[in-house]
Amino acid sequence: MSDLYREHILDHYQHPRNYGTLEQPDRSFEDSNPLCGDRIRIDLKLSGDRIEDIRFTGRGCAISQAAASILTEMVKGKSLEEVRALGAEDLLEELGVPISPARRKCALLSLKVLKAAAYGINEWPR
Amino acid sequence: MSTKAGTQPLDVHRIRTDFPILQRTVRDGKPLVYLDSAATSQKPASVIEALAGFYRTSNANIHRGIYELSEEASILYEEARAKVARFIGASRPDEVVFVRNTTEAINLVARTWGVANLQAGDVVVTTILEHHSNIVPWHQLAAERGIVVHFVDIDETGRLRLDQLETLLRTQPVKLVAVTHVSNALGTINPVSDIARRAHEAGALVLVDGAQSVPHLPVDVRALGADFLAFSGHKMLGPFGIGVLWARYELLASLPPFLGGGGMIRTVTTEGFTPGDIPARFEAGTPSVADAVALGAAVDYLEAIGMAAIRQHEVTLLAYALPRLEEIPGIRLYGPVGEDRAGVISFTFGDVHPHDVAAVLDLHGIAVRAGHHCTQPLMRRLGVVATTRASFYLYNWEADIDRLVEALQEARRVLDVAG
Ligand SMILES: Cc1ncc(COP(=O)(O)O)c(C=O)c1O
Repeated sequence: MSDLYREHILDHYQHPRNYGTLEQPDRSFEDSNPLCGDRIRIDLKLSGDRIEDIRFTGRGCAISQAAASILTEMVKGKSLEEVRALGAEDLLEELGVPISPARRKCALLSLKVLKAAAYGINEWPR
Repeated sequence: MSTKAGTQPLDVHRIRTDFPILQRTVRDGKPLVYLDSAATSQKPASVIEALAGFYRTSNANIHRGIYELSEEASILYEEARAKVARFIGASRPDEVVFVRNTTEAINLVARTWGVANLQAGDVVVTTILEHHSNIVPWHQLAAERGIVVHFVDIDETGRLRLDQLETLLRTQPVKLVAVTHVSNALGTINPVSDIARRAHEAGALVLVDGAQSVPHLPVDVRALGADFLAFSGHKMLGPFGIGVLWARYELLASLPPFLGGGGMIRTVTTEGFTPGDIPARFEAGTPSVADAVALGAAVDYLEAIGMAAIRQHEVTLLAYALPRLEEIPGIRLYGPVGEDRAGVISFTFGDVHPHDVAAVLDLHGIAVRAGHHCTQPLMRRLGVVATTRASFYLYNWEADIDRLVEALQEARRVLDVAG
């Protein structure tokens, strides 16, 4: 019915892939957008430099949650190197729907969380 | 505020033709359904014309030039002040200080009255319903001067717990009660004259945030019994950039200046300065002259329609909207139901994030607000991160509600809202 809420976005929102937590994650990070309350946590299981398994949990708007789901599919099996090279545009392209400036933060929250996890950051510097 | 019985219903058809923006379409040809007047109102042609007309024919700086244009601009500016004063029942025009908006008006009080009168340990009582603009200035004084800020809670209906206010007034050194007249998030109309009476009995002053009341209800500062009233022009059909602080004359005259500069002084020497008379003392620098003049035109427009009739119209719209929204599975409505409710409807919709609700409504050309409405303490109190908010004004009609309800029904299907 609309560009923003295309079938695949709603599908990822209603049936998120890789949803949940890992028993003993090698890396784990969580963050939120204070303004809208979107929240994402990502757990990583590594084998060497490679993402062997990934899970996310979270709550928030359809865009933030669908983007997280899509992102987990994008990076499963990839190396941390490749994750570090990922840019905002890569995820936005994969989303495939027009994201207005106001919703960019929603769409990119999961990427921010994943990057923190990939860099082994536990907390953003204040 | 009671509304006069027997007010004529508004001729919304005619009113809508006064608002040029309501003729435009959005999102590929959909008529605009504007339900975000609590954020800012739309402007009638008369206000837009007053603004443009000032620049076209009367533009000059005020209170300075000896030439005709400057005299004319000064007269227009002071006429606008007098109109606003009459509109809110002030006893004299110089009780009205022009500022940028409600936020600046409240900060003016904190920075002048607050700094001159509040010491460590003094208490400012505010409420959980407040907009951040009536919280942060008091937090700032708490950090800088050690004053203590207390919050009056709400009950389950969204009404203030006056028993808590009473206890605070009885047991704490309360110097100021800073309360909103109408909640921008829940629509609660607070009993401010009752609150003012209680506060005064305890020796405290009262600041009323009128941002959501002056545009929508008949407000008379004498009946209100407040000491300070703050409001914004842009929410009452006026332009951005102009707002009002009203204060009782003697009180205003006793306050030290706010910002320093031109216009606010009597004399300046290399040794120092002496402040000017009120209200100029609080209007340092060149004011938003054209915006003030256009606010005067907004007041003319509101007075021609009648505030009691506007209030009655919003009561009627609320009575139409609430039951229809309530019928939609998954909708949860916030705020009191009764005479003490303004035309503001906050709701949540199952687990769906308000941004998604607002984004789907936007696709139908419906403008609503989603977020915390600058009331984070209230959102936390309600246990939500955000709500979707529809708010009315004199140009809204039942068709707008019908479109909102239809669009929500569709959103329910698209977003799979759990009933
Ligand atoms: C109750 C209330 N107080 C204060 C404000 C702040 O108004 P402004 O942003 O015009 O200063 C608003 C506007 O959002 C409001 O609704």
